[in-house]
Amino acid sequence: MDDFDRRLINRLQHGLPLLANPWQVLAEELQSSAQQLRQRVQELLDDGTLTRFGPMFDIEHFGGAFTLAALSVPEARFDAVAEQLAALPEVAHNYRREHAWNMWFVLACATPQGIDACVARIEALTGLPVLNLPKEETYHVGLHFPL
Amino acid sequence: MSPSLDTAQQLHLRSLLEVGLPLHSQPFAVLGERIGATQQQVLEQVQDWQAQGLFRRFGLILKHRALGFRANAMLVLDIPDALVERVGEQLGQTAGINLCYQRPRRLPHWSYNLFCMVHGRERAQVEARIAAILAAHGLQDYPHRLLFSSKAYKQCGGRYAPQQPERACG
Repeated sequence: MDDFDRRLINRLQHGLPLLANPWQVLAEELQSSAQQLRQRVQELLDDGTLTRFGPMFDIEHFGGAFTLAALSVPEARFDAVAEQLAALPEVAHNYRREHAWNMWFVLACATPQGIDACVARIEALTGLPVLNLPKEETYHVGLHFPL
Repeated sequence: MSPSLDTAQQLHLRSLLEVGLPLHSQPFAVLGERIGATQQQVLEQVQDWQAQGLFRRFGLILKHRALGFRANAMLVLDIPDALVERVGEQLGQTAGINLCYQRPRRLPHWSYNLFCMVHGRERAQVEARIAAILAAHGLQDYPHRLLFSSKAYKQCGGRYAPQQPERACG
């Protein structure tokens, strides 16, 4: 990761211009060539620095739903329960966190009813109660990692 | 002006975009070819979705932990209901807070109603930043906790098009 990569990633985190030749516009901004930018993004995808390049839809606009949920998993079962969750397509993230509620994950479903069904399924699979914390209000969304 | 793609083309375009944008000099022309539309039609549709706020962002998904952002804290606060909106708006506008949401309490198991994500490279740096933010807003005396993540078991960008229920990960 060199200075050029940092400038490229920082710029792309603000979005790609929705124009016929978006890379040309970026190339001018970054004093590079469109070809070089695309090639570098491909390399960053290939080496895993980027997991994905493209838009993230806000699924709630399409009737979909998210929730943040947590489990309090006994230490001896932690990895096994993490594997159970990893197998569920609705689970988008799963982090171990330092708290009695030690497993925190995001569920994404096509419908709000899907969330309820998924929560019930996780409770049945694991035998553990799920702390279901759907958002009630959004004050800020701006995931940005200055490099 | 509303875009001219029919519903099937819109769904097809959504599912293609959720996989990722083609790394091509004219990505919207490539997408148009795939769905039987012109570049201009695709651009109008995507610009329309953007204007409606349907994209949370249009760019790239970083594997932030791999880039050194390993200190990832969820700050949770128990703020009185009468104040939570004002405090949420204040914290939401604070530099360094990436996400800020209000969520329900689940008493007696969970008493916190405001959630903020703060990412950094070093834990001590994140702790200091959060302490400074709380002090700046006079919030240090409200009950709060910092839940650092110690391991990511699954981190993937969601792909939600209805005709593609299986989402690949990582």
